[in-house]
Amino acid sequence: MLQSSYTVYHALVGGILIGLASLLVVLATGKTPGISGMFSRILRPRPGDAAWRWVFFAGLIGGAAAAFAWIGSASLYRPVGSLPAFIGAGVLVGLGTRLGRGCTSGHGVCGIGLGSKSAVLATMIFMGAAMVTVFALRQSGLMSTP
Amino acid sequence: MNARLFVLLIAGALFGAGLAVSGMTDPARVTSFLDVTGKWDPSLMFVMGGAIPAFGLGLIIFRRRTGGLGWFGARLPASEPDPIDRRLVLGSAIFGIGWGWSGICPGPGIANLAAFHPEALAFVPAMAAGMLIARVGFGADES
Repeated sequence: MLQSSYTVYHALVGGILIGLASLLVVLATGKTPGISGMFSRILRPRPGDAAWRWVFFAGLIGGAAAAFAWIGSASLYRPVGSLPAFIGAGVLVGLGTRLGRGCTSGHGVCGIGLGSKSAVLATMIFMGAAMVTVFALRQSGLMSTP
Repeated sequence: MNARLFVLLIAGALFGAGLAVSGMTDPARVTSFLDVTGKWDPSLMFVMGGAIPAFGLGLIIFRRRTGGLGWFGARLPASEPDPIDRRLVLGSAIFGIGWGWSGICPGPGIANLAAFHPEALAFVPAMAAGMLIARVGFGADES
C-alpha cells in the first residue's frame, strides 16, 4: 500500500509512527520528547545525558534514509526557497523553538497529546505565523507554487 | 549497547521513517498545507491526527497500568502545563515565520540530512546557531 504514490494513508501511517516513537522516548527517558529540545541539549550536554540523544538522532537519520530508499513517495523533495533563505529560516526556527520551548513535535504532538493548554496555544501561534508568512511570500511572488 | 539505548535507537528510526513516509520531509508539501488560500494540502492534519492519539492514548494506557512509572526507572511526566508567558508567544511566532519561510521544522530538517540535500546541510547548522542565540542572548534552556 505504501509503495504506491502519496496518499492520506501515508500521512496517517507516518503520523502514527511519529506518535509511537515519541511514546517510546517518554517511556525510556521520562522526558516529553520534542525534537528541538532533544537537539538543543546535544549542543550543551550534561554528563550522562548526551549519549541517548546522539543514539536517537542517529536512528532518526537512519530511519529516514531507509524510508527514502524503500518507499518511493518518501524521497519526494521540492525546496521552496533559495539556500540563503533556508539558512535564515533555520536561524529563526532554532531561536523561536527554544524561546517558545517547543516545536511541531514537542508542542504540536506531545504537548497536545498530554492535554497541555500552553502547547495548544503555542501550536496555534506558530501555525498561524507560518500561514501568514506563506501567504505573504506567495502574494509577493517570493515563493513559487510547486 | 544497553537496552535503554536500543529502545531510543528504534524510537529514532521510527520517528525518522514516520517523517519521511508522511511526506513531512518535502518542504513543498508542508508549505502547501500552510498555504490556506492556495491549493491546500491537508496532509499535515492527518499526520498530527495519527501522531497525537498514538502518543496521548499510549501514554494514558501506560500510566494507568504502571502508576506513572516508565522503563529503566524513568518517571512519566504528569500533564502539568507549561507557563503561558511572553516568551512562549514570541518564540512560537518566530518559529512559525521560519517554518513558513522554509517548509522545514526541526525534525524534518534533521531527517533530510540523510539525503544530503544542500538545504538540509545548511539548515541544521543554522538552526543550531539560532538555538545558541536563544541560550546566550535570552537565557533559554538554562534549566
